Amino acid sequence: MISARSVVRGALWVLFGLFFCFPLYAMADFSTRNLLAGGRTGQAWANLVTDEALYQAILVSLSLAVLTVVAMLILLVPTMIWVRLRAPWAKGAVEFLCLLPLTIPALVIVVGLRNVYLWVTYLLGESALTLTFVYVVVVLPFSYRAIDAALSSIDLQTLAEAARSLGAGWATTITRVVVPNIWSGVLSAAFISIAVVLGEFTIASLSGYETLQVQIVLIGKSDGPTSVAASLATLLFGFALLLILSLLTRGRRQQTGVTL
Amino acid sequence: MRRVRDGLPLLPFFAVVVVFLIIPTVTVVVSSVYVDGVFSLERVAALFTGTALSALLNSVLLSASTALLGALLGAVMAWLIVSSPPTSMVRRTVLSLCSVLAQFGGVALAFAFLATVGLNGVLTLWIQQATGWNLAGSGWLYGLGGLILVYTYFQIPLMVIVFIPALEGLREQWREAAVSLGASTWAYWREVAIPLLTPAFLGSVLLLFANAFAAYATAAALVSQGSPILPLLIRASLVSEVVLGQSGFAYALALEMIVVVAIVMAAYNLLVRRSARWLA
Repeated sequence: MISARSVVRGALWVLFGLFFCFPLYAMADFSTRNLLAGGRTGQAWANLVTDEALYQAILVSLSLAVLTVVAMLILLVPTMIWVRLRAPWAKGAVEFLCLLPLTIPALVIVVGLRNVYLWVTYLLGESALTLTFVYVVVVLPFSYRAIDAALSSIDLQTLAEAARSLGAGWATTITRVVVPNIWSGVLSAAFISIAVVLGEFTIASLSGYETLQVQIVLIGKSDGPTSVAASLATLLFGFALLLILSLLTRGRRQQTGVTL
Repeated sequence: MRRVRDGLPLLPFFAVVVVFLIIPTVTVVVSSVYVDGVFSLERVAALFTGTALSALLNSVLLSASTALLGALLGAVMAWLIVSSPPTSMVRRTVLSLCSVLAQFGGVALAFAFLATVGLNGVLTLWIQQATGWNLAGSGWLYGLGGLILVYTYFQIPLMVIVFIPALEGLREQWREAAVSLGASTWAYWREVAIPLLTPAFLGSVLLLFANAFAAYATAAALVSQGSPILPLLIRASLVSEVVLGQSGFAYALALEMIVVVAIVMAAYNLLVRRSARWLA
């Protein structure tokens, strides 16, 4: 016999499912519709690689994602390990600064960024890849939480002392002893950062760089289906990334997911 | 001396954060009260004129309504998820989808709704064929109503993500204790669970408010003309420096955004500390 409770639950699942899945279905439908001749066409999806501007923008965004992950890991992992081992007095400050981007909106950062970027472009040249610096700051809260959870679950002090007493330098200790033990946290931080960078629009568009999201909006003014196809592609890519992450960290007690 | 030496490896981190986060923020604050090196409240005063005030009002309306809608619906959805088995594939899939929609959607969500209820949207065409009525007729999708719909679409998943830990913090023993003392399920929820969850719920409402207030990408992709809300007014004053007859007005608008978000987040932190006492 089916209880009233499970009927209500079932109905709620269906309602939420419809609300969240229908727009995604509509994107798939819309992006494969042939507006001129009727029927179906894969043209909008083919444009993702054949449209030169869009393809270039995808490459820029992917490069930015890789650069941001590398820079974030190089900057954050040694800092967080060092704070725990040798400079615990700085822990509060590091945590505060890492979580600060949650309180200071990206829009505010970009308004105040002009003078800083005059220097950056003066020193490094005019390139969309210079966005890496700001993106590292934008992904800090997500990365900090993931890595912090992983570091809390190991006995860092003992590991580091063991490695050091066997003659390892700090670089070896961090890369060959600590990092393999916090692999799940590093992976979470990397995946989440990739998803953030690929979806970032605010800073790129107001700084005038043509990343994937900026290009999607530009194309949307003349070619709706292609923009919708590219949007759906980024959503599906992000979804796949996070689902793989959740499967890879399966069975772990610690929370390594994306929480604000 | 040792402290200084031990602090050195932290320098690169502090340098990057100072240059790309602190300096931009300080620039915004300072530039909104210093015009050409002279202290002046001219830019801040302009915040209290027609366009800026109505943008602020619309932003508050949009953020408050979607925070409440998102929090109520999201809490129900979080409860649905928590009461399903913790390792199930359904749960992983739903949570991953929630993360994507809540945090990385941005521009894509605007196009999702253009494809659904826009002029040539799938739902619009269905309804037109079935009843002849044009769902997208008045262009409501590009106004405040449309923004409320699209924002709710990312607020609900965010609520799910932030509220699940609170729901999971409710211990089974508390329900058992209540039931063994003769409480009905309804009495348990009214007397035990809801009072325990209230600080976390209110905290989540504030977080959702700040999230909607600071959101830019979705609105920017959806609304290309006019600046009904604060983030879009900031865009307008950045893109054409002399909008509203004021250069550098973007600084004052950004300061206004910092102030609102900071107040909301401070209240959020207070509530979280309160609920952490119980739901650790």
